[in-house]
Amino acid sequence: MVPFAYAAAPDQADAIARAAQARGAQFIAGGTDMLQLLQERVTAPSELIDINGLPLAGVDVAQNGVRIGALTRLADVADDEHIRQQYPVVVQALLASASPQVRNMATMGGNLLQRTRCLYFRDVAAPCNKREPGSGCPAQDGVNRMNALLGGSPHCIATYPGDLAVALMAVDAEVEVAGTAGPRRIPIEHFHVVPGATPQIETVLQPGDLITALLLPASAFARRSHYLKVRDRASFEWALASAAVALDTDGSTIRQARVAVGGVATKPWRLSQVEQALAGQPLRADVLRTAAERAGDGAQPRPGNAFKVELMKHTVARALLTVGGQA
Amino acid sequence: MTSTVSERESAIAAPQQDFDTTLIVNGTAHRVRVDARTTLLDALRDRLELTGTKKGCALGQCGACTVLLDGRRVNACLTLAVMQQGKPITTIEGLANGDKLHPLQDAFIEHDGFQCGYCTPGQIMSGLGLIREGRTRSDDEIREHMNGNICRCGAYPNIVAAIKQAAGRRA
Amino acid sequence: MTGAIGQPVSRIEGAAKVTGTAKYAAEFRPPQMAHAALVLSTVPKGRITQIDTAAAERAPGVRAVITHLNAPRLAYNEMPERPVVDPKSGDQLRVFQGPEIFFSSQPVGVVVADTLEQADHAAALVRVAYETSAAATEFDPRRGRPPSEATAKAGRPGGTQRGDADRAFAAAPVKVDAVYVQPREHHNAMEPHATVATWEGDRLTLYDKTQWVDNDRSEIAHVFGIPEENIRVIDPYVGGAFGSGLRTWPHVTIAALAARQVGRPVRLELSRRELYYSVGFRPHTAQRVALGAERDGTLTALVHGAAQQTSTYEEYAEAILDPARMTYACPNVRTIYRLVEMNTNSPCPMRTPGIATGVLALELAMDELAVALGMDPVELRLKNYAERDPEKNLPWSSKELRACYATAAERFGWSRRSPQPRSMRDGGTLVGYGMATAVYPSHRAAAAASATIFANGTALVRSAASDMGPGTYTSMTQVAADTLGMPVDRVRFELGDTDMPKAPVHGGSITMASIGPAVRAACEAVRAKLLALPQQGDRAASGTSAEPAYAGSRPGGAPPYAEILRRHGLDRIEATGEAKPGDEERKFSSYAFGAVFAEVRVDAETGTVRAPRIVGAYDVGRVVNPRLAHSQCIGGMVGGIGMALLEAADWDARYGRVMNANLAEYLVPVNPDVIEIDAVFVPSDDRNFNPIGAKGLAEIALCGVAPAVANAVYHATGKRIRELPITMEKLLA
Repeated sequence: MVPFAYAAAPDQADAIARAAQARGAQFIAGGTDMLQLLQERVTAPSELIDINGLPLAGVDVAQNGVRIGALTRLADVADDEHIRQQYPVVVQALLASASPQVRNMATMGGNLLQRTRCLYFRDVAAPCNKREPGSGCPAQDGVNRMNALLGGSPHCIATYPGDLAVALMAVDAEVEVAGTAGPRRIPIEHFHVVPGATPQIETVLQPGDLITALLLPASAFARRSHYLKVRDRASFEWALASAAVALDTDGSTIRQARVAVGGVATKPWRLSQVEQALAGQPLRADVLRTAAERAGDGAQPRPGNAFKVELMKHTVARALLTVGGQA
Repeated sequence: MTSTVSERESAIAAPQQDFDTTLIVNGTAHRVRVDARTTLLDALRDRLELTGTKKGCALGQCGACTVLLDGRRVNACLTLAVMQQGKPITTIEGLANGDKLHPLQDAFIEHDGFQCGYCTPGQIMSGLGLIREGRTRSDDEIREHMNGNICRCGAYPNIVAAIKQAAGRRA
Repeated sequence: MTGAIGQPVSRIEGAAKVTGTAKYAAEFRPPQMAHAALVLSTVPKGRITQIDTAAAERAPGVRAVITHLNAPRLAYNEMPERPVVDPKSGDQLRVFQGPEIFFSSQPVGVVVADTLEQADHAAALVRVAYETSAAATEFDPRRGRPPSEATAKAGRPGGTQRGDADRAFAAAPVKVDAVYVQPREHHNAMEPHATVATWEGDRLTLYDKTQWVDNDRSEIAHVFGIPEENIRVIDPYVGGAFGSGLRTWPHVTIAALAARQVGRPVRLELSRRELYYSVGFRPHTAQRVALGAERDGTLTALVHGAAQQTSTYEEYAEAILDPARMTYACPNVRTIYRLVEMNTNSPCPMRTPGIATGVLALELAMDELAVALGMDPVELRLKNYAERDPEKNLPWSSKELRACYATAAERFGWSRRSPQPRSMRDGGTLVGYGMATAVYPSHRAAAAASATIFANGTALVRSAASDMGPGTYTSMTQVAADTLGMPVDRVRFELGDTDMPKAPVHGGSITMASIGPAVRAACEAVRAKLLALPQQGDRAASGTSAEPAYAGSRPGGAPPYAEILRRHGLDRIEATGEAKPGDEERKFSSYAFGAVFAEVRVDAETGTVRAPRIVGAYDVGRVVNPRLAHSQCIGGMVGGIGMALLEAADWDARYGRVMNANLAEYLVPVNPDVIEIDAVFVPSDDRNFNPIGAKGLAEIALCGVAPAVANAVYHATGKRIRELPITMEKLLA
């Protein structure tokens, strides 16, 4: 690790002020990804601001939804009875994430910011535009089995690796952020950004911005939701493809659907074309399958990951069939 | 428009690189000098010479360094020592009561839940955390919730049997 | 007699391992110890043109920065005979002796600092400039060349011929001919390799992760040009190795060199990523197998060619083609062996070296032949059962392979298999059954042990052996206890120290067959020595020999050791014993055998494959400890699951690097990957091979698993996957 200074933030205002002022300062919460990045010298903050002491943990249920504090540990959310009942897709995504040890430490806010597993990003001996802007993107023509089909650019095809953010797309969640300009809410869909020519920028957060909570609105979809993750190893692996789906049905008709995919895109990816193909249609297996076929629209496969186009379609179809009771 | 917050000087303690910190391990407070970069794992192994907690990958990918922190299983390699000041930490050295092994330790011997022994302290600490979490209702559940502890010798079936026995669940 | 051999004794070092008190190499901590961190090359081939160490030298806590520019010239004396674990030709990598770069992540410098954090950071501050040259980083079998004479002489020839395989193949009415690919795989033992080096004057102590302390001592003595007696190597516990600890790798020299330079003990512990470039790997190999048979399944032709990667500086060769020559009774066999030099670190043996690779191709081809013949795969194996070694033309020292097939098939439920591919389903899941034969040669080597009996009635037995997990501590205690006629809990066995009697390498499944007889010899010697003590004061003694006087002291029991020692006023009595191979290798061919049956479940849509049930039956000779043997066996089978479905280094030829050099993206099996594994030992006792009767079982356990799984995948899906690992893209293609 490159040397850095450390300080525990006494309160939120201080944390934000410090992060906004000190060049190269970063927050550390659960630290489960940060420590890997530090250990392999992928990142080298000048200073780490420990926010674990801030009162940002806990699940609060209100009439219009649930507020999950940014420092709530993944395991605690997965164990929460209300979330389990009302937002099964979120709990399933959490339980499919990493290991119990990591889930006991990792925070809900930090999880949104976990960085790509692109092999070139993680090996400092290789070039990587995300790690060293301008150095190149060897994944384009290299080992890219795990890289993105959707949302890539000539500068970067690194996959967003997380599960939780994909599930949050299916329940219309928002991210509550405090910053130098005061608090604001960002729909999860707009929280992450595609790499374009600046793959080092991964979210809309500005220096000093601090995620304070995730807001899960009470929704007609959420109870009927599902997360499916496909991987080589039976467990403890990032997704090769994952699907988060939620259905709002009226008897045998689909009113609206939410469909998002992970492991295949540079950010948590909403498949609006699939959602549109489902809206107003009868809840039948053939309808779900036909809609899932649209999952591959716009995919830009590479030799190493072309199989994921079909895999993604099957994953979406399977998740829809499961949640639609048609499996 | 600039807010007042950004103009305020941070009242945060001046960031430091070296710390005298207190780690409470197995009920004993240890005063230890660490670098900001020192992981909890390296503090245990190199500063306190509690080498029962193993380093397998230092990246949270193998589970050999599993300890209980505040009673919950975590990877000691994925946190900084300075962040865990004053929190109760239980390592493998804290399980046995003198010569009397913890029932899970006994069960690992009885079911031969290891070969080389290097992942074993982590498996046992993780198993202990698992039993406390109550996710031992079936073999499948034990297997899934032990996914973060790699055993390259391949003792998995025996590990599951040992945890099952210690959890008091009959086959 | 206590009859400890054959009993399921609990792991004797179990308490030490479950309490965390068992000490592995990196955990020895001499006072004043400093920490080392490596500087590694970032290009696969070229020359260092410049090194800037200024920033590193200025960094806090740094005591030394050593590169080829300031490192002392090391002796690297030629050894009178190459250790069996080293390649037969080429030169080992010499650390910091010149500017040449042979592979990416080759050590080009080492930084020593007071703390681990300081060393690690300072190493990253060293700037190295290179003049690069065109590297050979593609695995291209067409570039393969025959092995050198030295390698050929050591049993890895470029070609062998029995009968006329090409003509027989051309004439065969039924034939198969295909290419099979084994990717580069890494041992990934849980304990990273580490060395703690301490000099006291010209004497060196190494705490080093190794499968062979004696050879470590010998190699380092030659590297530094100092007498072997000046070096002591200690390693009581090895946290898995699977072959990665056979050789003395360059990092051991680096640790010793660094410690000498800074004048204090130094620890060098490799990071998980560094291990991928430092301690060998199972080489990438492409194989062609052509089989010809009569319509009744009788094999008439077998052509097996293999092209295997090696490094540019050493010629690592392995026994890939041995199974082709001995597994089946085929009159016409031709093998062809080629090596492909690449800019990589050298490969080395990884569990079941060579044999697992060769058996993979051979057993996939046999399955393809069974399909072509419309014959049951087990029937085909039985049809071509080799009653004696067809290559050496010797009888087997023992062979219970028929019993293996029958036992495993029965326990697995092979009769429930419907022969057609894709004919067994469970909802949307395709179910497949597959099987394969497993073989592994049994060898033994010379070994020595000492045995001491104390006046308190306990015994201590020692040999410089190793225990990376199979249970050497326990099984040798059992052998000693039986030989001495003592209960197991009165005997202690110690290993892992060059101060102990010499032992051979802990690898190749030879430990039981080699150390076991030495332990027995030592125990017999000490027993005889004790019984030969003059019988002063023993009025009951009637003869001149002590034996009859004591032997009958308890019916079927041991002599009263404590009493005899007390009577002679001795607190202990010690003897050494040695054992070495006799002429059994001239009279017999010795192999362990097995039959492996696997069930796979394939998701028809996603192509996800799981192997939830594997049954293996093994002929490993006499089983000294069934509990530990079972553990070792299922462990090897878990390794086989990894080989079949998960493991491969993602090699990027542009950089000559393993891109997934960690444990998150290089996938090894985790707990939920293993559901049901059943290993059973068929009755066997091979006293033709050695006096203990054991044939060795580390390697056989991994053998055959991957082809059994691959054959099951074919049966499930109708798709023949000829390249490991079997991942979803291959099934979706």
